[in-house]
Formats: sequence, C-alpha cells, structure tokens
Amino acid sequence: MKSENTAFIYTDDFLDYSFHEEHPFNQKRLLLTKELLEISKGLTKDQIVTPVPLDEEILYSIHDADYIQAVKKASNKHPISDESYGIGTHDTPSFLGMFEASLVSVSGSVEATEQVMTGKVSHALSLGGGLHHGFPNRASGFCIFNDIAIAINHLRKHYDVKVLYIDTDAHHGDGVQHCFYQDAHVCTVSFHETGRYLYPGTGKTSERGIKDGFGYSFNFPLDAFTEDDSFLEVFHASIQEIAEYFQPDIIVSQHGVDAHYLDPLTHLHSTLHLFEEIPKVVHQLAHQYCDGKWIALGGGGYDIWRVVPRAWSQLWQVMNTNETFKGSIPQRWLDKWQPYSPVSLPNTWHDCLEDYREIPRRKEIEENNRRMYQQVLKFIDNKQGKISD
Amino acid sequence: MLVKDIMKKEIVTLSPDATVSDALQLLQQHNIRHIPVINQDKRVLGIVSDRDVRDASPSILDDEINKEVLSRSIQDIMSTPVVTTHPYEFFEEVATIFYQREFACLPVVKNHQLVGMITEKDMLYAFIQLTGTHSPSTQLEIKVPDRIGVLSDVCQYFTNRNIKIVSVYSYPDPIEPEYKVLVFRIQTMNPMPVVNDFQQTEYQILYPYREDHDEI
Repeated sequence: MKSENTAFIYTDDFLDYSFHEEHPFNQKRLLLTKELLEISKGLTKDQIVTPVPLDEEILYSIHDADYIQAVKKASNKHPISDESYGIGTHDTPSFLGMFEASLVSVSGSVEATEQVMTGKVSHALSLGGGLHHGFPNRASGFCIFNDIAIAINHLRKHYDVKVLYIDTDAHHGDGVQHCFYQDAHVCTVSFHETGRYLYPGTGKTSERGIKDGFGYSFNFPLDAFTEDDSFLEVFHASIQEIAEYFQPDIIVSQHGVDAHYLDPLTHLHSTLHLFEEIPKVVHQLAHQYCDGKWIALGGGGYDIWRVVPRAWSQLWQVMNTNETFKGSIPQRWLDKWQPYSPVSLPNTWHDCLEDYREIPRRKEIEENNRRMYQQVLKFIDNKQGKISD
Repeated sequence: MLVKDIMKKEIVTLSPDATVSDALQLLQQHNIRHIPVINQDKRVLGIVSDRDVRDASPSILDDEINKEVLSRSIQDIMSTPVVTTHPYEFFEEVATIFYQREFACLPVVKNHQLVGMITEKDMLYAFIQLTGTHSPSTQLEIKVPDRIGVLSDVCQYFTNRNIKIVSVYSYPDPIEPEYKVLVFRIQTMNPMPVVNDFQQTEYQILYPYREDHDEI
C-alpha cells in the first residue's frame, strides 16, 4: 500500500463557502491544510485535481426544486431569511454567492467519485465536501447542499456499486442517513457523540433503516468524554464486522475532526491520535474489500488552527502513503500562519496534551460504550445465525 | 394533548357470544393484550385481557388437558364493569388512571359507543413525542429560580440569537425545590454564543457530566 495514486481535489473556490467572520464553520482550514501538506512535502502539484464545475442539474438528484430555488434566491438577495428552508437562521445565515459556493462543494465530491471510478486514482480526497447535515428540503447544521448524498447517488446511478458510508464526525450524519434510509445498496454507519445534548439529537442505536434499507443503517452514539481508546475500540470492532457483513464495492468516508478535546462544540475529548488511526482502518478496509476504491471527504472541525490542519494532513498522508507525519511541524508554516492565529499553534504533529484533563469516569464510559456497540452488532450476529448470549 | 389524538381507532372487538378460544386467537393474531367485548350498538359490556384468558386456559402442567374451557363463553371471564375514558379527556388524566389503578388499557367511549382504545404503550409514545427529537436540534438544560417571568426571560436569549426553540418542558429541581429545570431543544449546532450569554446571568446551564455527580 505504498505511495499510491491518490487525488487531492481542490480549488480556491471551496473557500467561498463562508457564512461570516464569527461563524464556527470556516473553510480557511482547507487552505491551512493544503499549505501544511505542501510545505511538509506530502502533497505534490500533480496530485491536485481541480474539480470540473457541475451544472445545478445534479442537485435535483437529492434536493427538492423549491429548496434549490430558495437557496438561489438567498444567494442573490443577501440577506434574506427563509426559515422554513433553514436559511437565514443562526446556523446557516444566507450569504452572497451561497448557491455557487455550495455547488462547488458538490462538484468537488462528485469529482472525487469520478477520479476513482474511472480508474485514474484509487483514492480521492475532497475536503471541501462532507456536509452531512443537509436535507432534501432544508439547510441544517452549517450544511446547505448534501454533497455526500449527491456523490453517493451519482455512484449508484452511474456505476451501480454498493457503497459503505463511514461517518466519524462528532455529530450524527443525519442527512446522509435520511437519504438512504430505505436503500439496501448504501450502508450508512455513523460514530458520534450521543444526541442526549449534542446536535442533531438523532443517531440512536435503534435507527437501523426501514423497508429494503432495514439493517443497512448503523449508529454508534458514544458517551460524552469518550476519549481515544474507547472510540477506537468501538470503531475497530464495529466497522470491521459491518464491512464483512455488507461486502462493499467502494467506501465513502466523512472525516469531521470535531471529536478533538480542543473543539469548542463537542465533548468526545479525543486527541489527534484518533485522526491518525481512523484513516488507517478505512484504508485497510478499502483494500480488503473494494480493490482500494475510497473516497474521503471533510466535515466538521471547529478548531481550525490547532486541530484541523494537522488532522486532515494526516488523513491525506495515510491515503497517499499509509504513513503518518511525525516530529515537528515545519517552521515555515508556523511562521506564516501564527500571526493570524488567535491561539498559539502547536509545533508537533502529535498533541502535547496541554490543557488535556483526565476523565475520572473513564472506566464507566468505556464499559457503557462497549455495551452499546455490542448491542448494535448483535443485529448482524443474529442475522448470520451466530450464537450470542 | 387529548386522548383522541393518541388513541387507536382501529379496534379488534369481540361480540358477547364469542368463546374463550376466539379471544385467544385474536390476541395472538393481532399481538395485543386487551379486547373489548361490545354489543351490536357498540356499547362496551366488558373487557378481556390476555391474563384473563391465560387464567382460564388449561395449564400445560395438568395431566389431562381439559379443552372444554376453550369453548366457554367470553362473558364468563371478561372483566366488568369497565372503566372507560372519553376522547376529549386529557392524556395526563389517563396516565394517572394507569398509574393509580394499575390498568394498562382503557376503552374510549363517546355517546355510549366505543370509538377507540388507549394503552400504556400509546401513553409512552406520547411522552416520547413530548420530550423527543422532532428535528435536528441541541438539548440545553437550564436551572432557573421558580418565579414569575423566568421562562419568557430565558426565551428572549434564544430570540436574540435568532435560534428557534423546537420543544420545551420543565420539571422541579430534584434537590432544591425553589428551582426548576427547563429543558429546551433548540435549532442550532452551535449553542456556544447563547451559552456564553447565559453565563452572565443567574441561570445555570447543566452540562454533560465530566465527573461523577451521582449522590446515590
């Protein structure tokens, strides 16, 4: 699995997806990541692929016509409030050019599928995508169009492949799950902080799909303060078993990196180690089941200075070389960006764990998560007639 | 919420000339636990539960199974008179009846005619609706002093941040009776600005517990 053919889908137009200066969703993180990779010599010019701009036609494969029109209107006559479509709200305020910016994100994710399915590369990464909260008829949770659902739908329509969707954002991947809830050819798997407090509140173990899709949605709600070890235990055991059960042709993964302990919005309390391990597991599964076919997308991540650039660089590095960066962050990158950062930038690839507080309830949380994932997996065991207690 | 909004309107019934065997069959076939017995005018004469039938049925431990019992009239084993409720009754009232009288099911009667059935399960479903996640939202629990104007004041903070409230309920603080806990589901993925606003006030946000606060 060394030095593979991997595409980095990127255009500066991704950065136009910007609500306002104080909004936590800030695509400057894409630029920070790309430059960190380039300076670290992890990314070369010939690996960067500019996405072909798509016609709005493709949006209709997932979204309702009236919603698309509402986004268009909001995009031109900023500012408007159209609450019934979720636009103009606290989470997704309208901004000039929001329609075009959202379409570029979709184009990036679809480009990733094309790169992989036409055999140009085995893996493709589009960090401008991964907006998993978008619903067919409304914007939600910082997401306008659901690029993931559109890309998966594109894969289904044009290549008739079975898609395993893996979502490790700290928030439940509700929009994607919703779009394929009745579909047995798309297996959606989400690992997230429990919705007891956290947005969007769904993603319970009992959500398993309906009709033909029953048994093809899996949800692993993790306790607040889960930390790396317990997260990885749940992730490892579950995703291996699900991949074996589903036998996918291709993997689409969403790599929100908001489970980190520095992230302002969530409480999973992981470290950067988690974001080195998750891609390794997905990488291995892609080769084991899908002949390498793997599309990785971005997602949440709201500490854009200390967490996201390192986490996403590691994701790329694993896709590209199956290795991770170690040691120091290049000085040139630090020198360039420190003046803009409100916080002190970390100078090593791994976390030094400043401000990391041990969780006193670790054992209890671990046990709770273990019981949870075993309960979810019992479904597969029962289906396959394995004896379970 | 009224009984008519949560009751079941498609009802399995028995006529007074039915047998225990008929009841047994219907209970199994529809996977239910209660069947009202009604006459031609839909008047409720009695109710028969799975337990009534089980008690009347021959035991598998008996040496000689007496099948005769299965052909007995349903009127011999049904409970009567029947406590009923009305479609315009509050669902809280029905919850109280379930809790105090240890029933699990009530026929709903209007103008002396059976119009629906409400069970403990319907009740639980109603509570799930009350506290549940209807649309993507964050849950925020706020401990507030129990006095006039608190709820409207707290709500202003959401309005000021342009955040919609999806649902709200409150319960008395279990330890300090002069406080209440307000439970909101609010339509935002980023509660931090409004949480920070509350930090300047006497209202206290209850978080996921980092440490063990249990006093059990």
